[in-house]
Amino acid sequence: MTPYLLLDHIGKTFTRGTQQTEVLRNVTLGINQGEFVSIIGHSGCGKTTLLNIVAGLTPATVGGVILEHREVNEAGPDRAVVFQNHSLLPWLTVYGNVRLAVDQVFGRSKSHADRDACTMHNLELVQMAHAKDKRPAEISGGMKQRVGLARALAMQPKVLLLDEPFGALDALTRAHLQDSVMAIHERLGNTVMMITHDVDEAVLLSDRIVMMTNGPAAGIGEVLDVPLGRPRRRLALAGDPVYLKCRQRVLEFLYERHRMVEAA
Amino acid sequence: MKLPAAVVTGRRRMEFAHVSIPVRQSRPAAAAQQSLAGTPSGNNVLALAPRPVPAMKNFLPQASAVGARLGPPAVVVALALVGWELLCRRSGSALPPPSKVLSDTWELIVDPFFDRGGIDKGLFWHLSASLQRVAFGYALASVVGVALGTLVGQSVWAMRGLDPIFQVLRTVPPLAWLPLSLAAFRNGQPSAIFVIFITAVWPIIINTAVGIRNIPNDYRNVAAILRLNQAEFFLKIMLPAAAPYIFTGLRVGIGLSWLAIVAAEMLIGGVGIGFFIWDAWNSSHISEIILALVYVGLVGFLLDRLVAGMATLVTRGTAAN
Repeated sequence: MTPYLLLDHIGKTFTRGTQQTEVLRNVTLGINQGEFVSIIGHSGCGKTTLLNIVAGLTPATVGGVILEHREVNEAGPDRAVVFQNHSLLPWLTVYGNVRLAVDQVFGRSKSHADRDACTMHNLELVQMAHAKDKRPAEISGGMKQRVGLARALAMQPKVLLLDEPFGALDALTRAHLQDSVMAIHERLGNTVMMITHDVDEAVLLSDRIVMMTNGPAAGIGEVLDVPLGRPRRRLALAGDPVYLKCRQRVLEFLYERHRMVEAA
Repeated sequence: MKLPAAVVTGRRRMEFAHVSIPVRQSRPAAAAQQSLAGTPSGNNVLALAPRPVPAMKNFLPQASAVGARLGPPAVVVALALVGWELLCRRSGSALPPPSKVLSDTWELIVDPFFDRGGIDKGLFWHLSASLQRVAFGYALASVVGVALGTLVGQSVWAMRGLDPIFQVLRTVPPLAWLPLSLAAFRNGQPSAIFVIFITAVWPIIINTAVGIRNIPNDYRNVAAILRLNQAEFFLKIMLPAAAPYIFTGLRVGIGLSWLAIVAAEMLIGGVGIGFFIWDAWNSSHISEIILALVYVGLVGFLLDRLVAGMATLVTRGTAAN
């Protein structure tokens, strides 16, 4: 049986003039419906390129992406992305940003009132309904990411793609948002693929952690199951032996077997 | 780009008024309220009671801020007028002093609406004729400029093909186009409008193209995920994202239009502030020329403010990012 989302022998080579750089080689990964999978690796290993290929924003050189038995080639709302730098449109309000997505995806199938309700519902999911009339420049970085998440959720995507969504936030805000993401995942059962470079974040949130080798020509080095029950509580897990063991495995992979080769 | 800074300082000032003043003033005000109300429910009023005091206190700084802005230019203008008066007062000077300008042109100033047929009209009619030509030419330039700018900003081939031509044509002085357009249109009115158009269109094209080229890739990614079609992308992403650049071009364009119309009207004749100036020169009415220059300057300033005001209104969100 093919999995819900299948990354099938994906390879990516960037060509600039006569110079060719192979970024990804032979990446094959299946993700089941409702599963939360993290992709972790050192910066520059092609994680974001992989996510962009799944999103359809970058074409793969070799291989393809299959979602629900169909190959997907171009970007679409069934694979919504939460970008690292939020990418909210600064001239629209918080409400307007989410509403644009709702109108675009459900403009034909839902009435005006339903779309308004859908927009507000998603803002409430991320606890941002109170700031609906603010513009992105008037809210904090964490709030922007929440709105970005609401915009992605509002598209009711088959797969939610998170591109280091909390990378630019301070530790406390990041923890808050991780809790929000866990709660939303629990409630909606989304299929999630998240790019991260934070070991704790990967272990805390994921059902499986995909560890990538260093580039050039990066690939999947190891896949680790995280056999922790849900709901997960940050504090309770801090001393949990399973949690610590998973954390240890990822750390060993990243800092021993695939240590970042110092370019300098 | 200066706007956000102004907003920030404004906010700080407000915070200052809200935070510091109630702390200092609330005790006597609270005491007064309690003795007046006398009941425990009077407590609800206490928090609000000190508010009128900061409002009163805000008035003086605001008045002094207005004075600080209007004072210096008023002083400079007054000094310039006095200097001019002293320089041109003696008999035999080539130019009239301001007092003579005022007395010579008093009729024109108090009655701008007279119309004795032909070109013997009040200044209002001359200015309105000029403004109409500018409105036509500038509106045309805005539409064509934004359209061509979008094309050049969006397509590498259009840029390679058109940009060199634009760069050469935009250096041609506005009046150099006039004989050609007179030859083509055989009529003064469309020729003047064409000169306005061809003057204003280049900065609009070039700025729009730069704005479109600078749209962050993130916005394109968002548009791709939302599957916006070409028209939706243009209206919902491109225009708002490039709006600050487009308005810079529009603002340069309106200034150039107003510069060009006066010169063009001197040559084509008929009704219009440019011809009024030329006619006054031919009749040696120097005072009328000076009055017309003041009006031309004021109208140009108002046009610039108008476009700038529209820009801040439209690009509120974008400029703040």
